[in-house]
Amino acid sequence: MIDVENLTKKFGDLTAVDGVTFNVKKGEVFGFLGPNGAGKTTTVRMLSCLISKTSGEARIADYDVSDPADSLKIRKMIGLVPDDVGLYEELSAYKNLDFYGKLYECNKTQRTENIEHFLKILGLWDKRDVPAGSFSKGMKQKLAIARALIHEPEILFLDEPTVNLDPESSKIVRDFILELKKENKTIFLNTHNLDEAQKICDKIGILNTKLMATGTPKELEGSIWGSKTVIQLEQVNDVILDALKKLTLRNLIHDNNKLTIDVVNPEKENPVIVDAIVHAGGHVQYVTELSPTLEDAYLKLVR
Amino acid sequence: MKLWKSWVIASKDFSIFRKKKSIIYSVILLPLLISIGLPFVISASGQGGGLPADVLQSLLNAFSFFFVILAASLTTVIASYSLIGEKVEKSIEPLLATPTTDSEILLGKSFAAFLPPIASIYLGLAIFMVLIDKLTYNTLGYFYYPNWNIAIIILLVAPLSAILSVELGVILSSRVNDVRSAQQLGQLVIIPFFGIYILGEIGYLSLGINSMLIIAAILLVVDIVFFYISTITFRREDILTKWK
Repeated sequence: MIDVENLTKKFGDLTAVDGVTFNVKKGEVFGFLGPNGAGKTTTVRMLSCLISKTSGEARIADYDVSDPADSLKIRKMIGLVPDDVGLYEELSAYKNLDFYGKLYECNKTQRTENIEHFLKILGLWDKRDVPAGSFSKGMKQKLAIARALIHEPEILFLDEPTVNLDPESSKIVRDFILELKKENKTIFLNTHNLDEAQKICDKIGILNTKLMATGTPKELEGSIWGSKTVIQLEQVNDVILDALKKLTLRNLIHDNNKLTIDVVNPEKENPVIVDAIVHAGGHVQYVTELSPTLEDAYLKLVR
Repeated sequence: MKLWKSWVIASKDFSIFRKKKSIIYSVILLPLLISIGLPFVISASGQGGGLPADVLQSLLNAFSFFFVILAASLTTVIASYSLIGEKVEKSIEPLLATPTTDSEILLGKSFAAFLPPIASIYLGLAIFMVLIDKLTYNTLGYFYYPNWNIAIIILLVAPLSAILSVELGVILSSRVNDVRSAQQLGQLVIIPFFGIYILGEIGYLSLGINSMLIIAAILLVVDIVFFYISTITFRREDILTKWK
């Protein structure tokens, strides 16, 4: 659905996006993670045909984003929620949506039905005649999402959709994104929020001007290191450490009475390790697995 | 180009203008005050009877030109709201993301900035002409308005000066961050018009038909130059990346 190859954007001497390559399949939620200034918004703007690319290729459903003849077709099939919601504050929620419905060339029936549908789903129907300027941040964000969906686009670009929202509003927005995922919408999500990316995204790209890594959340977590097994003992002594050294473990860290051991296959290796400790006279208090998080992966890649 | 899309954008702006009291007051009250105030000056000078006919005609021509100043000035006010307002409220990006061309958006914004002041000025001019005719008929022996002079103002000079203000508004939008600054800078456009008005008032320049045609021709050339500059300024990518 979205195919990007070696996409680059330069503003004068500044390279905002540097040779990025990735693809997003239909119905997939792709999360773009990266610090401020990493080029996330610039990438979305290039894919939305709002700004031109400097080099590389980008296609949305086989339409070329750099072809002026294709740009109107692309803009018709995508919905964009920018980082600043940009609503018309003097106009009611209904009129905001109706205006965009007209520009997206929806007929009267389609506009009426979709406005009602999305405002009801997002809990804004009762406020449809209230000026958007009087809405809370969460309500404005929801209205901006409804605006992006008014023409039933196949692809939705969301640029930091839960930034500055309270936890409850963030959850509503996240749940709604998951609902859209069920409807097989392709979603491109720019976010700082690792937890959000982990919960929502099928695939994640970590961007810091260059694309540092792409993969599923699990793949990215696993790319940092394998699993670690943490064993808390009543007391660690030399006999136990000697017994473990005989197992030729890859990495053993001894901290007070806690042992942290790198393992490749925890299911096979952990029983052997525990058995060795017990035979050496050790008393195991607990055994736990230490897995790298997406945050670990992110921090390692962007630093 | 789909003209209906430009009209949708302009209609949306009209809905917003209706909610802004400052715009309503500027667009409706100002032309109304001028259309009543200028005849009041004639009335105060003895219903035109206190002035010789040729002086009266020259004064009326200068007064007519006042509506050109008004057209330029009011359009600047509206253009600032229409363009900078979109920028300030950050609504420009979702608008640009719609399947609408730069030309359709620019034309829509131009309609929004141009039509309300022009409609209001035409209404003001109608009131002005009726009142002036009523006040000066006895002195002149005929109805001074309508005449070719005011026709050129209505059909050419006022619309061309309003278009100039719209174009200036577009250019200023790329450089200015708030509505008030844009309005203040935009008002510079009235300086040459005001200069012409003063010259007409003090008798250095006849604001008759020939002068009006020359002014219209100059405005047309300036409008074409500013149109070119404003279309270069109003490009999707520049709006998002270069506009301050």
